[in-house]
Amino acid sequence: MINKNNTISRKSELSNKDYKWGFSTDVETELAPKGLSEDIVRLISSKKKEPDWLLEWRLKAFRHWVDLEDKDMEPNWARVQYPRMDFQDIYYYAAPVSKKDKAPNSMEEVDPEMLEAFEKLGIPLNEREKLAGVAVDAVFDSVSIATTFGEKLSEMGIIFCSFTEATQKHPELVKKYLGSVVPYTDNFYASLNSAVFSDGSFAYIPPGVKCPMELMTYFRINTEGSGQFERTLIIADKGSYVSYLEGCTAPMRKTSQLHAAVVELVALDDSEIKYSTIQNWFPGTKDGEGGVYNFVTKRGRAESSAKISWTQVETGSAITWKYPSVILKGDNSVGEFFSVALANNHQQADTGTKMIHIGRNTKSTIVSKGISAGKGSNTYRGGVQIMPTAENATNHTQCDSLLIGDQCGAHTVPYIQVRNPSAKLEHEASTSKVSDDQLFYLMSRGLSEEEAHHMIITGWSRDVIKELPFEFAIEASQLLKVSLEGAVG
Amino acid sequence: MPKHFFPESVKKFHDLLETRKSVPSLGTNIDVLKKIAWDYFSSTGIPLHRRGNELWKYTNLKPLSDTSFTLSSDSDVNVEDIVNEIPWSKDWHNILFINGMYRPDSLGKLDLPSGLSISDFQHNNMWANFGSLAKPNSGTFAALNTVFVQDGISIKIEPDTKIRKPINIIFVVSEVPRNFATFPRVYLDVGENSEATMIESYISLTSHPILTIPVVEIEQHTEAILRHYRIQMENENSFHIGSTRVGQKGSSKFESSTFATGPRIGRNDIHVSLNEPDATCQLHGLYITFGDQQQDNEISTTHSKPSCTSGQFYKGILAGKSTAVFSGDIVVEKGAQKSIADQKDLNLLLSKGVEIDTKPSLEIFADDVQCSHGATAGHIDLNSLFYLQSRGLDFNTAKAMLIRGFADEMIVEFELTELFEFISGLVDDIIPTLQSQSDTIGTT
Repeated sequence: MINKNNTISRKSELSNKDYKWGFSTDVETELAPKGLSEDIVRLISSKKKEPDWLLEWRLKAFRHWVDLEDKDMEPNWARVQYPRMDFQDIYYYAAPVSKKDKAPNSMEEVDPEMLEAFEKLGIPLNEREKLAGVAVDAVFDSVSIATTFGEKLSEMGIIFCSFTEATQKHPELVKKYLGSVVPYTDNFYASLNSAVFSDGSFAYIPPGVKCPMELMTYFRINTEGSGQFERTLIIADKGSYVSYLEGCTAPMRKTSQLHAAVVELVALDDSEIKYSTIQNWFPGTKDGEGGVYNFVTKRGRAESSAKISWTQVETGSAITWKYPSVILKGDNSVGEFFSVALANNHQQADTGTKMIHIGRNTKSTIVSKGISAGKGSNTYRGGVQIMPTAENATNHTQCDSLLIGDQCGAHTVPYIQVRNPSAKLEHEASTSKVSDDQLFYLMSRGLSEEEAHHMIITGWSRDVIKELPFEFAIEASQLLKVSLEGAVG
Repeated sequence: MPKHFFPESVKKFHDLLETRKSVPSLGTNIDVLKKIAWDYFSSTGIPLHRRGNELWKYTNLKPLSDTSFTLSSDSDVNVEDIVNEIPWSKDWHNILFINGMYRPDSLGKLDLPSGLSISDFQHNNMWANFGSLAKPNSGTFAALNTVFVQDGISIKIEPDTKIRKPINIIFVVSEVPRNFATFPRVYLDVGENSEATMIESYISLTSHPILTIPVVEIEQHTEAILRHYRIQMENENSFHIGSTRVGQKGSSKFESSTFATGPRIGRNDIHVSLNEPDATCQLHGLYITFGDQQQDNEISTTHSKPSCTSGQFYKGILAGKSTAVFSGDIVVEKGAQKSIADQKDLNLLLSKGVEIDTKPSLEIFADDVQCSHGATAGHIDLNSLFYLQSRGLDFNTAKAMLIRGFADEMIVEFELTELFEFISGLVDDIIPTLQSQSDTIGTT
């Protein structure tokens, strides 16, 4: 039933010079037939040579998802609008085929066209990245194609590899932690992902180890009509530290593409995970055609004195539905969420976070900046829950919105639930436009209106951008600039 | 029909309606509205399913739905006996509802100034605007009120009239020896360039569970000014679900302060529409809960036109095992430029076991706006407590002073002297209960 050697060679169908990542790459792709069934789930599992318990887990997830689908439980509470999705019209498995039809052992074996694609993306996968000091796991469509620096990391006991490799080489870790933060019953898209996830990244940092470089995954959807369902699992063992980066792009396609990922972070006692995302999936054309539907479940669990920090810059996707959350389970654990979300043209973003305080003396900080321009709609939806056990929990939330133009929308929906009176909780938010006085000042110093806007927005987002690793911070700032082109004036 | 529908809750009210069959019709037009309202209610039932139901996410109405009510009352109230227990002044225009029925006879003849008229449901013209703001199918409880409403008043203030004395409406339930439900209705029309003050208070003399589902509609014309006070203080076995709908025209001004305590389940829905430019509205509220009470505030302001200003400022004090909800919403519609809106909800949590769910939300569809919101929740600051004790106050007095201080910012919003004193007294009376149900929290 596998449709082998089906060469996808459609050129980008749309001309939209604003999205410079919109190329598609001619690589041979192995496609499973469209549609979703138990057979497809079994096929994906067998393609990945997975152990039986994982197949069982996938099937349970699939049955749960079918049940949710039957009961019409696709989430509809977010402030986003899109035509009803036909889940049978999606390729659930699209893997680039390397010439020898097997996973590459070294960089030389990686399809040169694919490497070229990553060059275009600015992802250095070969020797040069030593200078950058970033270990990269690149996920093309749904399959991890190359992981760099594996050897150097393994000397320290750090495991950083594709998810598939992890299920084969470290099944005990995967079995122990997969679904422990986001169970397959969590929500509609998490169930779907659990059934059909094809690959993703896996990282394990042993006790007491400080990961010496940033780990990075680059995701790209290449095949038209395919969904990307990657799964990331990061485990920071006791007293360890890791900083993880994630970047995403997709070619420009007229049809919308579904991206339903799950990210699980496990921060054991005294450890720290810093997770940074630059999400730049294709946002659709200026008229709202195409674009990626980004329905992602991201959650971390922080044990005693552990810290989980999410930083995200969201400029892409036609629709974003994403709430990176932290379960503050252990005493003295810390959760942070820093976000800049931009919605221009017809983009719709409903994003935020959830901080669930369970342990004593837990602390969370939320800083969210939403920018709406064009006909974009941007919603911050955040939840802070203080459970009865969370003595002396503190939360500080700040969410600001900036509006550019009178056709866009900016919404703030914070849910605050306090069930322990010793909690200290503050929430503040504001919504405004770029002030004429500030613009006038900058323009009187010789900046154009667009430059002035960009400078103000960069300054306004600084609280979040400064949380990003250096290289990412520059990229993020540029992305904001590019994404806002044409929105001013 | 909603996904989760509880037919038994409809049956209960259907049976209740049957007991009223012999009551004469209020007219064909009203019967039409009642029919629409019943059709609506019988399709929704009492909203018992909370998951995914944004309007009733946190308040559990099961106790209400499990209780049966009657509509027949046979006891009366002598006002002289209760004047100390209600907001009252001989100088006000006092209007009395006993057991849901307007009783113009009970207080002697009303001495109304020119420009102010009050008509009751027995007068036909009263019904002209009935349901214009609180539509019969605009919500479960607005519908229930429309179905069961038997009596109400319409207050009209002519243009260019300043009504000096407050209009004081008391809704009292007498010592009925059984569970009892009332569905009163008030329509207030404030004419162009007029000014008035209105007080609504809800009290009960019985200790039986009572259900009060009032609907108040307020239409404010250009440049009209209305100060509105609402006091909810029924007995602790009762249920109160009130809806207030306000429509404001250009440059009008609406100021409202609510005080909520008492019932087992209290719910206060206030929806204000700023329908023309330059209208302003300020909504204030203080809610105090203890025992196993639930108090839910559903407050929404819509800016439909440019240059309007609005504010929502609520404070809550929670003790015992009580829960409270603040669900505030400010909507700035497309084109409503130069809108200024501010929203705040601050909570004082006194004991383990309380729960506050606060959701101050903003929905903004225009760019030239200034909107902000904030929410806090916390316990008594131990440093302040220590400070007061170091000045010689004992622990309990110091704590009472801090609770009182927290409430004061809202109590002063009840600007009428008599009302201010009444609310101050009420809060002072409640504080010992709050203290007895509070814990010492935090470390110094």
